[in-house]
Amino acid sequence: MALYSEKVMEHFLQPQNVGVIEDADGVGEVGNAKCGDIMKMYLKIDRDIITDVKFETFGCASAIASSSMATELIKGQRVEDAMKLTNQAVAEALDGLPPHKLHCSVLAEEAIQAALEDYRQKQERNKE
Amino acid sequence: MNIYADNAATTEMSEAAINAMTDGMRNWYGNPSSLYTIGQKAKEKLEEARAEIAGIIHAQPREIIFTSGGSEADNQAILTAALNGKKKGKTHIISSAFEHHAVLHTLKKLEKDGFTVTLLPVHESGLVRPDELEAALREDTCLVTIMTANNEIGTIQPIAEIGAICRARHVVFHTDAVQAVGHLPIDVEAQQIDMLSASAHKFHGPKGVGFLYARKGIVLQNLIEGGAQERGKRAGTENLPGILGMTAALKEAVGAMEQHNTHMKKIRDYLIRGLSEIPHSALNGDAERRLSGNVNFSFEGIEGESLLILLDQKGISASSGSACTSGALDPSHVLLAIGRVHDVAHGSLRLSIGEDITVQEADHIIEATKEVVAYLRSFSPVWRDLTEGKKEFILK
Ligand SMILES: Cc1ncc(COP(=O)(O)O)c(C=O)c1O
Ligand SMILES: [Zn+2]
Repeated sequence: MALYSEKVMEHFLQPQNVGVIEDADGVGEVGNAKCGDIMKMYLKIDRDIITDVKFETFGCASAIASSSMATELIKGQRVEDAMKLTNQAVAEALDGLPPHKLHCSVLAEEAIQAALEDYRQKQERNKE
Repeated sequence: MNIYADNAATTEMSEAAINAMTDGMRNWYGNPSSLYTIGQKAKEKLEEARAEIAGIIHAQPREIIFTSGGSEADNQAILTAALNGKKKGKTHIISSAFEHHAVLHTLKKLEKDGFTVTLLPVHESGLVRPDELEAALREDTCLVTIMTANNEIGTIQPIAEIGAICRARHVVFHTDAVQAVGHLPIDVEAQQIDMLSASAHKFHGPKGVGFLYARKGIVLQNLIEGGAQERGKRAGTENLPGILGMTAALKEAVGAMEQHNTHMKKIRDYLIRGLSEIPHSALNGDAERRLSGNVNFSFEGIEGESLLILLDQKGISASSGSACTSGALDPSHVLLAIGRVHDVAHGSLRLSIGEDITVQEADHIIEATKEVVAYLRSFSPVWRDLTEGKKEFILK
């Protein structure tokens, strides 16, 4: 039995949306070196639509694949829909993760939430 | 190119071991406890194996008990010394911070039963200091258990010195020699070892078989009750094919030990030099006092599991102390014990090379590792913070 599904391996070996967005509208970083996975998400948002997304990840194969899949899932989405992204959705899209690796997909959900929150706060500040 | 560089996890069985096992399965199926000739033939084979193994470590045949492997031998040795000690009111045990879990978890269990355990520090070098052992000994110390060689970083402990200290203080000394037997010379007399654990699958023998050496006079406590096999100290019909496989493997390993070590040391140091060229990396454990097959590195800014899977894609089987490889929350307790912080312990790589490794294979390992580390760093937010000066490098 392989450790990971083919889908996980695909996203780990050829991760999508790797990199940074210099003039990002929202940036979120979650995780810490203690737990072993750190994710950073960059969002470009135009009129409430996520037009571009990039990530940087320090972590295991499951963390890298989760980052890649999560970015794919929200790319082109409306902000309010992206807010609803769950770790289950990420894990399912990857054809499942081993139980002790589910926390890596939680991190992907949290990283996107953090980036969206950063975007929201920037919006607030711009209004003021 | 396929390179198996995880010999500390397990080894490929030798031809000699496979042949001895098949011979055992085909020809010596009798039960050694049976009285008729077929049984007694099996008994003869069993005792020949025991004598062979005893001779290799300079013990007496009756001092060898066959077990299901290293874990069982560790458990039995430690519980024996603990229970025997308790009868005399001695409930203090000394060990080291980076023992195998077969030892550490057994000690944890004993702590719950009222024993006190002192874990000696192993310092940055991954070595126990005899003077610190001396200072930790107490009137009520019933056992010192220190591994001969560490399974992750390969450091070799000063066993003879530890043995001498324990003997002088009349404290039982056990060593988990699972990584050492078949790879380093062992002499339980000269090194003053009272109990020793070994496992066949670490020296090209079969899995699920090992032995415990216990000096004459030590009354072993049973883990498994039942029949009178192994002098009544380990019940269960003997795994004769396994024992024969183990014996053949050990004989061969010991015969070629010097030659193997000379070759592996050369390649080990070549690998260490090559991997040291990776910026912000460090060798884990003492560079000299380590098993000739062990190379263990930390690379800052990356995580070990990703590194392993990408190396696997390039045909290299290795291991890591990263938490995410084991499903544990913490990275390797061994790397933490030598003072590596979490950030660095996660990004570790253990290569435990085999006797037949070539320079070309070493070159492939070095090139592949350089490539993979650089790739993973290229999108690591930790590496970005380090290179942009937002965080300080820990390694160099
Ligand atoms: C140092 C050490 N002790 C004990 C063991 C356990 O041996 P076994 O797998 O035979 O139970 C191992 C192997 O994993 C080991 O490396
Ligand atoms: Zn992970």
